[in-house]
Amino acid sequence: MKRSYIIGLALAAALGAGQASAQELTGTLKNIKDTGTITLGHRDSSIPFSYLDDNQKPIGYAMDICMKIVDAVKKELKLDKLEVKLNPVTSATRIPLMANGTIDLECGSTTNNAERQKQVWFTNTHFLTASRYVSKKANKINTIDDLKGKSVVSTAGTTNIKQLTEANAARNLNINIIPAKDHAEAFLMVETDRAVAFVMDDILLASLVAGSKAPDDYVISKDAFSKPEPYGIMLRKDDAAFKKVVDAATAALYTGGEGQKIYDKWFTQKVPPKNLNLNTPISPELKNEFAKPSDSPDPDSYK
Amino acid sequence: MNYNWNWHIFFEPNPMGTGTYLDMLLSGLWLTIKTALLAWIIALVAGSFIGVLRTLPSNTAQWIGFLYVEFFRNMPLLVQLFLWFFVLPELLPRAAGLWLKQLPNAPFWTAAIGVGLFMSARVAVQLGAGIASLPRGQKQAATALGLTTAQTYRYVLLPLAFRIVLPPLTSEFLNTIKNTAVAITIGLIELTGQARSMQEFSFQVFEAFTAATVIYLLINFIVVTGMRFLERRVAIPGYISGK
Amino acid sequence: MFSTLDFDVIRRSIGYLFYEGMTFTLTLTALSALGGLIFGTLIALMRLSGYKLLGRIAGLYVDFMRSLPLVLVIFWFYFLVPYIGQWLTGASRPIKVGAFSSSLITFIMFEAAYFSEIMRAGIQSISKGQPAAANALGMTYSQTMRYVVLPQAFRNMLPVLLTQTIVLFQDTSLVYVLSITDFLGAASKVAQRDGRLVEMYLFAAAVYFTISCFASWGVRRLQARISIVR
Repeated sequence: MKRSYIIGLALAAALGAGQASAQELTGTLKNIKDTGTITLGHRDSSIPFSYLDDNQKPIGYAMDICMKIVDAVKKELKLDKLEVKLNPVTSATRIPLMANGTIDLECGSTTNNAERQKQVWFTNTHFLTASRYVSKKANKINTIDDLKGKSVVSTAGTTNIKQLTEANAARNLNINIIPAKDHAEAFLMVETDRAVAFVMDDILLASLVAGSKAPDDYVISKDAFSKPEPYGIMLRKDDAAFKKVVDAATAALYTGGEGQKIYDKWFTQKVPPKNLNLNTPISPELKNEFAKPSDSPDPDSYK
Repeated sequence: MNYNWNWHIFFEPNPMGTGTYLDMLLSGLWLTIKTALLAWIIALVAGSFIGVLRTLPSNTAQWIGFLYVEFFRNMPLLVQLFLWFFVLPELLPRAAGLWLKQLPNAPFWTAAIGVGLFMSARVAVQLGAGIASLPRGQKQAATALGLTTAQTYRYVLLPLAFRIVLPPLTSEFLNTIKNTAVAITIGLIELTGQARSMQEFSFQVFEAFTAATVIYLLINFIVVTGMRFLERRVAIPGYISGK
Repeated sequence: MFSTLDFDVIRRSIGYLFYEGMTFTLTLTALSALGGLIFGTLIALMRLSGYKLLGRIAGLYVDFMRSLPLVLVIFWFYFLVPYIGQWLTGASRPIKVGAFSSSLITFIMFEAAYFSEIMRAGIQSISKGQPAAANALGMTYSQTMRYVVLPQAFRNMLPVLLTQTIVLFQDTSLVYVLSITDFLGAASKVAQRDGRLVEMYLFAAAVYFTISCFASWGVRRLQARISIVR
């Protein structure tokens, strides 16, 4: 009687364990295993996170992190070969393309906020940046209020254009907001005087200015539209098994010091294609986050 | 399907502080209508002029007409808009280019003119064919009556030709409305653009695009009905009354 | 003013522009034209089939597609196709569809509406006596269509079909809105990276213009030859 009870218990445990490991392969992980491919969404001009080099191949800080995640997924699924497919996304298409399964990981400069978490999930934060604007020094746009009545560009589908839109409404600035397809196009609108300013995350503005024909002509605002907000690699919502693997991979990367190395490679050394050095050492906030990786969308949790 | 449907989204406030998301789409609709109407006026005026040139007996006039049509027909509309918007101001003298770029509604004017010229080539072809299809006797009779060439076109050929090409012109007008959507690439936030902004702000991609689709279908229905009514109104009894 | 232009940027990126961009554009054009023609012919046959319901469905489809701007349809399909795939195959999650396949499906579905109208006109242009004669010879409906009506309709309509394909070739540039690397997408990526909008867009315009002009000249010649033969 007692023995059969124990056997039953052992059986149940074995069955349960078996079920658990079978269940692990659902969603994205199952898809990756079945097809032998993983699709990364990349950007055109999110320098130095995810952008095209001289041979039009996507490279960058977020791409490097994603490749580490790919390695971890490959190991987790015990695959000999995992083909990486690349799919270009814009700020406007990245969330629908994640939801509809076209991409598995979005490797770029996507702000992780509570609103977006209703649609997609994010892994551990890889950068913190605030929303500011860039303008030509000659235009003397010193504060956000100086934008009143002017044409201002931002990238369609970003948190930045939303913040600009909201500030415009709240402060009655009467700004003519022009949506651009990607950051490079938006910056060109400022360079060619079509817009007086471009509202974007300050790190992206800094890299666009550095890569421009006359970097000294531009100034990035002191005024900010937001607190420093976290960037995360985006993944599909409600896919806990996949998120677990990705979170573990990024956490190991950041706490193990390798994250810092990848960071330094892209932010404190020369990067292709123009051999720019952004000279942006890691911030204390990000350093703390790397020590204790977090996927919180709350900017205040990173202080 | 891991998608959160929310059809109430249309009645929720939009982040621009201009009312609800529905108001946002309607303002886009208004811009679509304004752009399409201005483009259509340009297309009709320029198209008629070129269409007439193509039917004149002069070789030069025919050549000009031919070159005009080939120029605007053989480039994608998107590329033409880029030429007007990004390239033209840089090729002008600096002051003029700057003035052009800093016009408060630059995307609107560029879109209306760009789409208008693009469509004018198609109007020219339709009208030219319409004039060519008229019996030669019409023109000969007009000449016999002592009408000048201008008078012949004004009083005889064009009134008849326009009636003949009214059905194809209807579909070209519909094309004009649809083609204004291409202008989202130069920052015109018309109906498709507002649907896309709504998707970006609210993440309700399918609701936003469904609404835009329904509005386009309605526009189409209204224009087709209106034009049928117009065709019947202007038909000459006993002569080419419609088809 | 022209002194500030740098046309060397075209030479530096020519491989990318044509090898990646133009290949994408031409492949997409050819496959969409083929798919659109097949699907469009089916729609035309449905409309002319004499079955009211079938005809109505086909008519609604054509009117629906022709009412919508291509840009909107491109967005729709890029976001929707994976869900349709999921629904068709009964899979548990959306089917992964790449940028190329998604654009291809979009253009086939969209162009079919236009090709079907051309094919319908072509089929109607065949005199009633021909299908009647085929019927008298004991041919079935599908044999009549396959061997008598469609080959003639196709041949009569060839110039119009090719002209529509040139329009399609130009329309594929709209995948630009999805950041896909077609010819225009490639040109704009180089243009924006190097800040050379003027040079690259002028070049892109010239290339589209040359190809379209050459193609429409070919169509005109073909038309002249066909009309003599007839």
